[in-house]
Amino acid sequence: MNKTVNQKAWFLVLPVLILVAFSAVIPLMTVVNYSVQDTFGNNQFFWAGLDWFDDMLHSDRMWNALGRQLMFSAIILAIEVPLGIFVALNMPKKGFWSSFCLVVMSLPLLIPWNVVGTIWQIFGRVDIGLLGYTLDALGIDYNYTQNILDAWITVIVMDVWHWTSLVALLAYAGLRSIPDAYYQAAKIDQASRWAVFRYIELPKMAGVLMIAILLRFMDSFMIYTEPFVVTGGGPGNATTFLSIDLVKMALGQFDLGPAAAFSLMYFLVIMAISWVFYTVMTTLDKRDGK
Amino acid sequence: MAKITLDNLAHSYLPNPQQESDFALKELNHDWVDGEAYALLGSSGCGKSTLLNIISGLLIPSQGRVLFDGKDVTTAPTADRNIAQVFQFPVVYDTMSVRENLAFPLKNRKMDTAEIKRRVQKVAAMIDMEAQLDHKARGLTADAKQKISLGRGMVREDVNALLFDEPLTVIDPHMKWELRTQLKKLHHDFGHTMIYVTHDQTEALTFADKVVVMYDGRVVQIGTPQELFERPAHTFVGYFIGSPGMNLFDAQIDGNVARVGDATVQLDGSYAATGKTQLGVRPEFIRLSSGSDGIPATIRRIEDVGRHKIVRLDVGGKEISAVAAEGENIAADTNRITFAPGGINVYADDWRITPQGAAA
Repeated sequence: MNKTVNQKAWFLVLPVLILVAFSAVIPLMTVVNYSVQDTFGNNQFFWAGLDWFDDMLHSDRMWNALGRQLMFSAIILAIEVPLGIFVALNMPKKGFWSSFCLVVMSLPLLIPWNVVGTIWQIFGRVDIGLLGYTLDALGIDYNYTQNILDAWITVIVMDVWHWTSLVALLAYAGLRSIPDAYYQAAKIDQASRWAVFRYIELPKMAGVLMIAILLRFMDSFMIYTEPFVVTGGGPGNATTFLSIDLVKMALGQFDLGPAAAFSLMYFLVIMAISWVFYTVMTTLDKRDGK
Repeated sequence: MAKITLDNLAHSYLPNPQQESDFALKELNHDWVDGEAYALLGSSGCGKSTLLNIISGLLIPSQGRVLFDGKDVTTAPTADRNIAQVFQFPVVYDTMSVRENLAFPLKNRKMDTAEIKRRVQKVAAMIDMEAQLDHKARGLTADAKQKISLGRGMVREDVNALLFDEPLTVIDPHMKWELRTQLKKLHHDFGHTMIYVTHDQTEALTFADKVVVMYDGRVVQIGTPQELFERPAHTFVGYFIGSPGMNLFDAQIDGNVARVGDATVQLDGSYAATGKTQLGVRPEFIRLSSGSDGIPATIRRIEDVGRHKIVRLDVGGKEISAVAAEGENIAADTNRITFAPGGINVYADDWRITPQGAAA
């Protein structure tokens, strides 16, 4: 077949190029630009090479923030995934109460991050907050602004409250797609409740659970607003996660060079992890599709 | 293995059934003889799956009893009935290997390892899957998965019955024959009681010793394939079994003479019929003729289906089918049809009636 050659066709790609350039390439390049330069103000920049990256790789501050970040993500995943599955398994299968549960569970997902932060910030206050006041009245020493453990517990419980529904809804969707015949066959085979979960429900949920874990991991790995509103990263630096630290460095201290190097490394970590998830998920799909 | 007795059984999905039409399964008494192969045949929604689920214990009937060898199991859970069921869509445990799938029902019953091993080998040989024992079940084709579901039932050697709920629906046509032949062979070799639900008459007639035809929640006839063909007890059986189905002619019955339109037909006995009376004649028993004998008919079209020809005729505004042999010449001046002797069944209100003084 003869195709007409017309180089003007390139113009058709232009809108996408412009869109991607403004939304991703240019901002990213600005950050790259900052990461290899130093400035003493007055908009004067000096070439700094890879010094900032070197600095950051040897900075305790960054490693500590990364450590806290990984711990936070690990804890909330360890709670939200099993809890979400548990909730999904116990939700009504059909009828009015099933819809009711779905609506109630979706509610936390619809609340903006800083509102969630504010709710829990007030909720946990010892003087006027329902939770803080009650705990205090019960004689439990609870103060998230001064005690590191209390601050962590508050931030984690808040995240669990906000996001477990997401895992539960995805797991529920996975469960609903299992034909009744599987349960009937399991009954006939005298499978125990655990065996039904292990050999029927879990394999059928594997796909959606991977998505749930990916979403929850990425979201928690980039978390900023909620802990910032509740604890401001404190007490001390106890709940200063990567994003909070980055904002402090870039906008608080105005250390643009180190902050840019920091964000690029942050970006690479996220890319790497996403790639791992993607690879695992596509292999799973292939294995299923065969 | 066991004899399965259904005693006054009926089921309604409504909490408080008032009239007969509320019942998905109308009252029924039947014995399923130990070691026979039955097919449960009917169109979609006629209650055959309901009946199967009651036997397997997935559904508790709203009235009546189910007995296995005389023991009442009406409310016993599925696990206690010791039956095996193969479903429409193959159910295998994806993450297990074929071997683990076959061993699963035994493991759950806490059998010892050596015995499990022996039985799995034996069943694998029966279903011809010894070579794939260590494959993961998820990668297999639909028919292989269906064989595993079957194997999971057969591995329990003492099962009371093997139930099949349209097991070949998702199987490729060329594998259907293969699997059905294997099923028949397994039944022949091991003599399990088998109940096979299907809406495909070929499947039912080739598989079963006895076919149970259901229509609108009711068992309308139980019989051998030949009985269903020659003496359909209900017009539905005539219509549903056979290709094309039985022809029905509205007729007035008067003793041993039936009037169809203006023509008269001699019957083989004297009938006392009331209600809506019809003659049922299978296409195989209709003869084409010309002249003045028989019922007036005009040929609409002729379909050549290979082994024989199907002639579609117009009789008093109704379409009637006749079967003609492949080599038979169909005369252009055909204007009458007659009925072969012994090919006429008489129906009153859709049920077949027998001549007075004759045995059923």
